[in-house]
Amino acid sequence: MEKELILEIKDLVVRFETADGVVHAVNGLDLKIEKGRSIGLVGETGAGKTTTALSMLRLVPDPPGVVECEKLELSGRDVLSMSVSELEEVRGKDISMIFQDPMTALNPVFTVGEQIAESIQIHEKVSSQEAEKRAKEMLELVGIPGERAGEYPHQFSGGMKQRVVIAIALACHPKLLIADEPTTALDVTIQAQVLDLMRRLKEQYETSLIMITHDLGIVAEICDDVAVMYAGKIIEIGTLRDIFNKAKHPYTEGLFNSIPNIHDRKAKLTPIQGLMPDPTNLPEGCAFEPRCPYACEGCKKEQALLQISDTHFVRCSRYLEEGFHIERKEKE
Amino acid sequence: MTRYIVRRLLLMIPVLICVTFVVYFLMDLAPGDVISQLAPADATPQQIEMLREEYGLNGTIIERYGRYLWRLLHGDMGTSFFLKRPVFSVFLERLPNTLMLAFASILVAILISLPLGIAAATHHRSWLDGFSVVLSMLSVSMPAFWLGLLLIFIFSLHWKIFPSGGSEGLKYLILPALTLGTEQAGNLTRITRSSMLDVIHQDYLRTARAKGVSEKKVIRHHALRNALIPIITVLGSTLGNAFGGAVAIETVFAWNGIGRLTVMAINNRDMTLATGCIFMFTLMLNMTLLVVDIAYAYVDPRVKARYSK
Repeated sequence: MEKELILEIKDLVVRFETADGVVHAVNGLDLKIEKGRSIGLVGETGAGKTTTALSMLRLVPDPPGVVECEKLELSGRDVLSMSVSELEEVRGKDISMIFQDPMTALNPVFTVGEQIAESIQIHEKVSSQEAEKRAKEMLELVGIPGERAGEYPHQFSGGMKQRVVIAIALACHPKLLIADEPTTALDVTIQAQVLDLMRRLKEQYETSLIMITHDLGIVAEICDDVAVMYAGKIIEIGTLRDIFNKAKHPYTEGLFNSIPNIHDRKAKLTPIQGLMPDPTNLPEGCAFEPRCPYACEGCKKEQALLQISDTHFVRCSRYLEEGFHIERKEKE
Repeated sequence: MTRYIVRRLLLMIPVLICVTFVVYFLMDLAPGDVISQLAPADATPQQIEMLREEYGLNGTIIERYGRYLWRLLHGDMGTSFFLKRPVFSVFLERLPNTLMLAFASILVAILISLPLGIAAATHHRSWLDGFSVVLSMLSVSMPAFWLGLLLIFIFSLHWKIFPSGGSEGLKYLILPALTLGTEQAGNLTRITRSSMLDVIHQDYLRTARAKGVSEKKVIRHHALRNALIPIITVLGSTLGNAFGGAVAIETVFAWNGIGRLTVMAINNRDMTLATGCIFMFTLMLNMTLLVVDIAYAYVDPRVKARYSK
């Protein structure tokens, strides 16, 4: 039986129309997330991950941002046709987001308790005392003593601020949580704590999760599925096992190859050659073609998403050829 | 915090003494003499000398200033030569008028500049933004007395809606408050706009929006509160200007405040009254600035933390 769909996106296009030209941030993205599942959205800086997330909340700054989409549904409700007040209801309640930089994500002039309670008061018609009490509980939940609710963001360390941001995002038990590189600004020990916390909360509330990151380690830690993004498109999507053990796309291969090998520390790092294409001027066919060691004439044409298995899809036309495979060995 | 306030209050003492020193000496350097105005035309040199002694104006300037300062330190601001009444009571009598004008003009300035500045920032680069920039430039560069005369011309002479001068009631307050308020609105609009523009792209506003906070509340609650520090700074100095800058406006509108009193005192070489008035102006301005500094702490918890260290 198919599980309840929390999010369904079809053909999402986001571009920024600036004075220096049109930046094509997201170019036809499809995504489905079931209840309780977590998906890792992986890709380099500038691949369009954050923009994708913001467009789910309809928070892409407009102007200059233009969002076009065939379908954007949040548990069956059409987000695109929502009025402003409906959107305000959905934000923070059905879908919430943890932002990348905890240093700037909190308002410096309000106490952390107020900032958590605000979310609760907007979405659940409770008294301010009740909201305050719930805010303290949320703080305890993320491992901060409730008495500290009356303190201001500058009185907290980076890791604690990020936990406050998480507490805000989880305050109303959203159905879908988007975490935008939640650990990038944190040091490694704190990273582990935050990930552990998110995993526990996800299980506790059966929240669906989109984990935006460029850290494959985090993906392996917390995600069920993985989508690899490149130049505003998903170029490979599958279960964690599909992607980690049977990666198909040359770009995914490149990502894995560029991870330093702990067993052979003298080995030279093998980065992906070249740079991301200029988003104001994307190539017509596969956007990875200029950097791809397997590129051929056929790659200069529009690429379709090919099905490899029930769960595994790749956007590379070379798999239409009999016997094509990338060099990375399949594990298992 | 208390320690900080006490320190600031103590620091005011040398400032105030310096001000009395400068004013007293400048008044002494100015040509003309209060005695020659007070003495009858046919007074003998002996009579003039007696008058001098009577008013405490005998001896060298150092002696005179010393006597003045000594009395001032004992809380006695002296007696006005011309009005023949204690300076402090004359000052108190005029104070309500000046305060009324100052606060009314600040109110006008806030009512114009806060909405305009916020709207300009939220509609950055729109016609509204351009309008606010032009308006604040106009208001800053237009001399207040000229604007006052213009308003008198339009509203008193032409339309006869408001009286052109006097200080008998609310009706008399409107034109001077409008003049002074409009002049101050320029600076305040500029600051409101630029500090809102600084805040408006901050990440924490996106966090607020992602929580489901309405756009109106994002701007008025989350953004404005953060933009308030520079606005309060300018507001404080604006209030200071309203005390001191009212001198020209009070004269134009014949408004019986301290500004007009000071001008009169200077014209009559009324040493004690002029020095006393300017002394009190300085005190008020310093107190305002102190209040502004304390207000920071209530607006921004980070400032408060710094005070308590």
